[in-house]
Amino acid sequence: MKTSETISPERQYNTKLGLNLFVVYLLLYLGFVLGNAFFADLMEIKVMLGLNLAIVYGFALIKMAFILSLIYGLMCKSEPASDSVEKPTPAATSEGKLDSPSGESLDSKEGEQ
Amino acid sequence: MIYDPAPMAIVIFLLFVVGTVALSFYLGRRANSSEGYFAAHGQIPWFVNGVAFAGDYLSAASFLGICGMIAAYGYDGFLYSIGFLAGWIVALFVIAEPMKRLGRFTFADALDANFDSRGIKAAAGISTLVVSVFYLIPQMVGAGSLIQPLLGYPHWVGVVLVGIVVITIVVTAGMVSTTWVQFFKGSLLVVFSAILVMMVLDKGLTVDQETFEVLGPFPQSELTSESLAGRDVLAAEDGWEGKKDDQGNVIQQFVRLRSVDGIGYDVFQIERSSDDASDQVWLRQGQAITVADGSTMIDGAPKGIGEKEKQLLPVGRLSKLPDGQASTGPLGPVTYFTTLSESEVMLWGKEALSHSDGSTTTVYFQKPTEGSRVLRPGEHPKFAGIRGGEVKDRLNFLSLMLALFCGTASLPHILIRYYTVKDGAAARKSTIVGIATIGFFYVLTLYLGLGAMTSGALDLTDTNMAAPLLARSISPWLFAVISAIAFTTVLGTVSGLILASSGAVAHDLLSGVLGVKLTSDQQVRVAKIAAVVVGVIAIVLGILFKELNVGYLVGWAFSIAASANLPALVMLLFWKGTTRQGIVASVLVGMISSLGWILLSADTYKSVYGLDPNDALAPFSQPGIVTIPLAFITLIVVSKLTKPVEST
Repeated sequence: MKTSETISPERQYNTKLGLNLFVVYLLLYLGFVLGNAFFADLMEIKVMLGLNLAIVYGFALIKMAFILSLIYGLMCKSEPASDSVEKPTPAATSEGKLDSPSGESLDSKEGEQ
Repeated sequence: MIYDPAPMAIVIFLLFVVGTVALSFYLGRRANSSEGYFAAHGQIPWFVNGVAFAGDYLSAASFLGICGMIAAYGYDGFLYSIGFLAGWIVALFVIAEPMKRLGRFTFADALDANFDSRGIKAAAGISTLVVSVFYLIPQMVGAGSLIQPLLGYPHWVGVVLVGIVVITIVVTAGMVSTTWVQFFKGSLLVVFSAILVMMVLDKGLTVDQETFEVLGPFPQSELTSESLAGRDVLAAEDGWEGKKDDQGNVIQQFVRLRSVDGIGYDVFQIERSSDDASDQVWLRQGQAITVADGSTMIDGAPKGIGEKEKQLLPVGRLSKLPDGQASTGPLGPVTYFTTLSESEVMLWGKEALSHSDGSTTTVYFQKPTEGSRVLRPGEHPKFAGIRGGEVKDRLNFLSLMLALFCGTASLPHILIRYYTVKDGAAARKSTIVGIATIGFFYVLTLYLGLGAMTSGALDLTDTNMAAPLLARSISPWLFAVISAIAFTTVLGTVSGLILASSGAVAHDLLSGVLGVKLTSDQQVRVAKIAAVVVGVIAIVLGILFKELNVGYLVGWAFSIAASANLPALVMLLFWKGTTRQGIVASVLVGMISSLGWILLSADTYKSVYGLDPNDALAPFSQPGIVTIPLAFITLIVVSKLTKPVEST
């Protein structure tokens, strides 16, 4: 397989940011789904304004999706202009992103600019 | 229920449809090349594309299916809303930008970007077709449901009508007009749903205890006497005897009294006291439909609106409000929930009885339910397992939520929308607009569903109609507009799906796999022919599957999409070791295993084949939790095995 294509630091940063935010949302969603599946009674507890946890958590998931997507949109760096149908290699976005601690992503951010 | 079509509704409806088709003709003149037909030249502004995402995504399933499920069972339908939206997070953070970078017209393009393999094009093309067809079924079913009350035609006419209009749209115009139709429809759907929710909150909650009678209490022994409350009792025989309990005793469930007006009977459910010592029973009125070959009887009288005929009454009532109020007046978004949780709602159950002459009766009976129960998960029979059920019921639930989460980013008609914008940044921005629009709409679904639950306008035989009927309970104008929007919703989503499948046929399978050399013009022509064929298949399936809740059907499409497409896409992006063979194997294994699982599941046995659901081979209905990991494992194993061959 060819591995010639270089990936711009902006794209690396964006990908890392996307994956970090993804993990945040994944944890929130997992909490909701597992809570419903195994502790359904918890969902009936009234948590605020007389609303039960099921409604509060459900609405919170919808709001968080929007908030995280806004954060992503605002923090993403624009990539250098390139051909829109370029064909980089698979795994072009580098491996092991899921494991990278958040500190590392800050480092690379400083390194780029 | 019998619907009488209002002329005004028909006019508004026709205006919408004619407007949609006219728009697509107008825009279609600009889309003659394959660039224009499949990807709108990549010239769609990101904001428009974002709202069009909402238009594509907020299908009949979201609007009709989710609202219907919430109206019938409460919070459970909202779980779909949450899962459907969460899937967009996968789309935005993981898939959107690489998808835009790698591909050109179709999903197969992106998968195949580095390999130029016929195998990948074939596998991805076929999976696009399968997912699209499964996603098409609920849209068509929804369309049929809508046409019935609006224009008074039978279900199949609606399905055929949608099919024809959509084929016209797709054939005349391709992606440009599909996108603009989606944009208008997405905006209208969200705006009018918001208006409807405001009206629901403004109306507040009202108690209605008059429509259906409650008789009693009587001593249990009187149930077998000849008259009760001064009315003749019809003998409990020929299917009406009751059900056997654990000890083999027959427990009578229903009692029929001759109607006061002499036409047919009134059916009552026998409500026994939970205290065994008491032999007092209450009778709560229900409704019965008897179907023999070709004829339908309602409560023992012919179905119709004539003098000696009866029809099912609309349902959906509150039986108690907190502090014995009769009506609350306007409520806020929070007080709506808190008031409802302290009220009592009448949900409906049903029971099928068979008679000796081969006919069957479905008895719908009232179930007084605490409001707090419809605001928590677990009331729907399919989700009830999360409350003290078996492990497999919980797995079924997890499996569905996993499929919804992974499915969005693998739906072909959503993926192709990434090719209509200019670049990765525009893809990102339009996804954010999409998430905002869709998220706002899903918040509304809970109010719409609960509003319909208490609107007194529900049709017992068709949960898909909850949202439009809620609108009708407020104003006939609103009903016409909402129905027309729902219909264009179906049109839009269906045209997106047919476009995705026709792209798969013309671009992936014919040119890519069979190596047929097509010019740009020819490719478009082949795609249009494919669109007609897929459209006809969708029409037939839409008629066959008319009984199922469309929200539930969409769950299946998500399972197949998530199993077949997502593992290959994700691994391609994040694992260097991915090989051509690995991708092909993963797509095929994911698709076949999830499809096979669905075809062998209890739900399909019951609703499609009419077989005993207990004989089903699949341990639970939703395949995702097994088949998604299976597709990942297949990809890794096959890639490892084929690695040496690839590293040339």
